[in-house]
Amino acid sequence: MSQRHILALFSNFEDAEAVIYQLRTANISGFKFDDLILKSPIEHHEVEEVLGERSAKVQWFTLFGATMGGLLGFWLISGAQANFYAQLKGGKPIVPLPPNFILTYEMFILGGVFISILGFLICAGLPAKRSPLYSAKVSEDQIGILVKAEESALAKIKQVFLDHEALEIQEEAGK
Amino acid sequence: MEKDIREDIAWAKINGDVLKSLENPRKLYWVIVFAALAAFGVGVGCEVYQYNVGMGVANLDNPHVWGLYIATFIFWIGMSHSGTLLSAILHLMHADWRKPIYRFAEAMTTFSLMTAGLFVMVHIGRLWQFYYSLPYPNERGIWPNFQSPLLWDAMAIFTYLSSSVIFLYVGMIPDLAIARDNIHAGWRKKLYTLLSLGWEGTDRQWRNFRVTYLTVACFLIPLAVSVHSIVASDFAMSQQPGWHVTSFPPYFVAGALYSGCAAIITLFIILRYVFKFEEYMTLPILKKTVRLTFAIAMVWTYLNAVEFASVWYSHDGASKDVLIQKMTGTYAFAWWGMIFCGSIVPLVLAIKRFQTNIPVLLVVSLLLNLGMWLERWMIVSPTFSHGYYPWTWDHDQWPSLVQWGMVFGSFGWFTLLFMIFCKVFPSVSMYEVKEMVYHRSLHLKKGDTAEQGAH
Repeated sequence: MSQRHILALFSNFEDAEAVIYQLRTANISGFKFDDLILKSPIEHHEVEEVLGERSAKVQWFTLFGATMGGLLGFWLISGAQANFYAQLKGGKPIVPLPPNFILTYEMFILGGVFISILGFLICAGLPAKRSPLYSAKVSEDQIGILVKAEESALAKIKQVFLDHEALEIQEEAGK
Repeated sequence: MEKDIREDIAWAKINGDVLKSLENPRKLYWVIVFAALAAFGVGVGCEVYQYNVGMGVANLDNPHVWGLYIATFIFWIGMSHSGTLLSAILHLMHADWRKPIYRFAEAMTTFSLMTAGLFVMVHIGRLWQFYYSLPYPNERGIWPNFQSPLLWDAMAIFTYLSSSVIFLYVGMIPDLAIARDNIHAGWRKKLYTLLSLGWEGTDRQWRNFRVTYLTVACFLIPLAVSVHSIVASDFAMSQQPGWHVTSFPPYFVAGALYSGCAAIITLFIILRYVFKFEEYMTLPILKKTVRLTFAIAMVWTYLNAVEFASVWYSHDGASKDVLIQKMTGTYAFAWWGMIFCGSIVPLVLAIKRFQTNIPVLLVVSLLLNLGMWLERWMIVSPTFSHGYYPWTWDHDQWPSLVQWGMVFGSFGWFTLLFMIFCKVFPSVSMYEVKEMVYHRSLHLKKGDTAEQGAH
């Protein structure tokens, strides 16, 4: 059976939270809770508690980027200094650690920042085309709940939205 | 107690007010833009003249190899620390009063770094060889000196500039989406559509956004400290009299935060008037910024005293001579001007009734930055005029008009970039102001409920 999107707009977080809670516990066949997306004009920590565990993986990118940045920095610098074997160093170390630490540190940060941003884009799914059901009111002051479900489940989901005073409901056209 | 922001401002009004600023500023905006353009023109004219005739026209010679160019370079690097302070440090401390003003502070960071970068090129003279300052493998097998603070500086500034641009852009994505959704069709809509990357404000996007913003903020704080410590190392790691001082790195970092805060006050006042942001850039927020500036001014004053004491009691005759020469010689007016503007003028900020007096604060903030610019000049030039060798004792060297013109032009360049940014991109973060309003109204509701319960 084909799946369709339905979007409902709410005027406040309390109504949106109540809808999410009800959809989570309602056990509607043809609808998976993971297919529910909340759209809001601001970040809302309380809703995350209702949405359940949906982790962010950006920090793993950060760890990788910072480590690789630092290692790459040290490797490039000491690799270049190793070429100085051909030159007289007057007994000084070929790879002097204290000054190299500073550039390694800068590269550690550079790698961490760049790869974190890459991780953010990948994890947040950006850049992306906007979903077919999008309302500019979400970037203003309304809260949107976008649900993907089997056609058979749409009526029940719509009823949940209406029970909680949805301001507007948009449905994707059937195929 | 006065509120930082009204908690009953409608979210749609926040969007409307900020987006209006992109199209409809007060006339003063255009006056500032044209004045900045004219100042920048003076700088370009001086650079063209110096490029065609040679570095001699700057009146830089041996021993005066560094002059206003390097002093102004340090000044602009210092200015860039304001964005990190407001965006990153206060963000980690959950100081939500920063929300309406951090965006323009971040923009200041980016543009002051870009301005500082220009001075490296101007100072080198051979513009086409600017890339020599970056570590790169070349066909001659010649590598830069990795032990030199000048090379660390180039790397640190590159890291800071690129990270700051990214931080500014990423933090702006939700606002670019708001602009995309609400602005009429045209080049702006196309630009915002492209830059907002299809942001829809989904829970997944917000979740990852929050982690990323926090992570980059955590990186930026040590980075900002390292950048100005490394700039301080350009001096402190040399053997020149007056520079070989252990307290230089913290002294430079404190000075950077100080000039950055003073610049925030100046731009706060200008933007508040020009873009009609009275509801968002409120007087209580200005008061908090002023108090922060006062605290940093006192730290800077203390570190200044530490520096003088270190030199005075060091038994280094040459360093002591430089200090005495600063106080009594050719540069005495600039040195005493620095003490007056940097340590005496900020005392005005301690007086309660001046903490929200806009004309007084505008004058004071400009004087503070004049003091901070003089400080950088007094670090650079006097040392060159009185080195260890008697042949370097040339106390009457004075920067040429070309150098002054370039310094003047840099203020035009910075102002121009900054004002264009504020006209093209939202200079107040709409989503963060909404968060601020939301949390405050929630807090108020909880307070009311608790009060009713008590009755």
